[in-house]
Amino acid sequence: MSKRDIIICRCEDVSLADIHEALDMGYRDFESIKRILRVGMGPCQGQSCAHLVKNEIARYNKVNPETVKIHKTRPLISGVVLKDIAESDEDE
Amino acid sequence: MNRAEIVIVGAGISGLSIAYNLAKKGMKNIVVLDKSHFLAGATARCGAGVRQQWATELNCILARKSIEFFSHANETLNYHRDIEFKQGGYLILSTSKEEDIQFEKNVKLQNSLGIPTKHLTKDEALKIVPHLNPDSFTTATFCETDGHINPFLMSEAYYLAAQKLGVEFHFFNEVEDIVLEDGKIAKVITDKMEIQTNKVVDAAGGYAQEIGGMVGIDIPVYSENHEILVTERATQMLEPMVMSFSKNIYCQQVPHGSIMMGRNNPNALHNHDVSSSWRFLDKMAKTVNHILPEVAKQRVIRTWGGLYNITPDFQPIISDSNVKGFYIACGYSGHGFMFAPITGELLTEIILGEPLEYYAKALHMDRFNDMDKIDKEHSVV
Repeated sequence: MSKRDIIICRCEDVSLADIHEALDMGYRDFESIKRILRVGMGPCQGQSCAHLVKNEIARYNKVNPETVKIHKTRPLISGVVLKDIAESDEDE
Repeated sequence: MNRAEIVIVGAGISGLSIAYNLAKKGMKNIVVLDKSHFLAGATARCGAGVRQQWATELNCILARKSIEFFSHANETLNYHRDIEFKQGGYLILSTSKEEDIQFEKNVKLQNSLGIPTKHLTKDEALKIVPHLNPDSFTTATFCETDGHINPFLMSEAYYLAAQKLGVEFHFFNEVEDIVLEDGKIAKVITDKMEIQTNKVVDAAGGYAQEIGGMVGIDIPVYSENHEILVTERATQMLEPMVMSFSKNIYCQQVPHGSIMMGRNNPNALHNHDVSSSWRFLDKMAKTVNHILPEVAKQRVIRTWGGLYNITPDFQPIISDSNVKGFYIACGYSGHGFMFAPITGELLTEIILGEPLEYYAKALHMDRFNDMDKIDKEHSVV
């Protein structure tokens, strides 16, 4: 199967080939790759791609995957409609 | 030991633009240091807007010249991706008589400097963004050549172009000290190496004050956290950036489809905190629900913070200093990304001792020696 057809990040449509190209260009950590390819920036916030990308970084850098940092987890944990927040606490 | 013609501290958009412009003018042996990974600081955290609607002449000129560069940046930098420059305009809402009067003045100033801003009635503004809450504003100003650029990709374009011209980058290298000999720069020491050099550029963004302190200069800037949120991808619903100083909001849909918005926290402390707060999310949601109720129906998926590095007049410092060989590009007060092209051009002129553009003298740090005379920018969120 072509590396172009292996999807690593479904939210932002990033393939294994994209990841390998970024690594070849010198982006060797998750945060740098995220900035160029948007992995981990979609609705799932990296819940499906983070560990796949981590393994690719580890393989490329020839290090133990446990030593590879993934992206910073940011609030929120799941998507929330802004209107619901706006109307939830009117008297603060 | 390593030797460099010049060491640039900070590989954010300012440092990248300065490195590229120096290299383009033929300078060799340029080294850029960054304490973290590619784009860890304020550049990657910014609101991704580029505007020319300012209240001071200086900011208007810097912005207009930068937009000129952005409009052909893909070609000039020979970039293999696209910086996503979108000119959907900035629609700035007024909410009071006083603001209407100030905006009238701003538009006159901007027009006199070649910026095509128009002062719109409520109905005219509603034609541009039909789902604006008509009760949330009185009039608006609109400049159709303002817009958006992807900060990650704009930075990468500069980064790759600078690398092609021979600029050397060292990430994960935190500057710990700058050594002077006889009052002149002699050496930069990081946590990993030492570099001999006679010239240093302080483009350290939120940490510019600390870098200045290493050569004994007290740069009159402070840093504070400004928070942003982003929604998931939405259908096309918002062409321009919508902004209000009095309501404390800026909000734009980027070409990717997600909608970004931010506001300032008047109680923010002066420090390097970049954490996300529930208070921001709460107030942001209420503000956008009031002004743009359709946008408020979207799901927020992420929030983050980044540092504004703020000067007393909300205009940047682009200058040399009383330490020979120490140059400063900081204090952008939240607008370093959109002023990056002109930053690189002007600081290169200063470093190479070329004749400086007439307006650029007002960017010198010395202007703060007489605080009564400064021309303060008020159009800031």
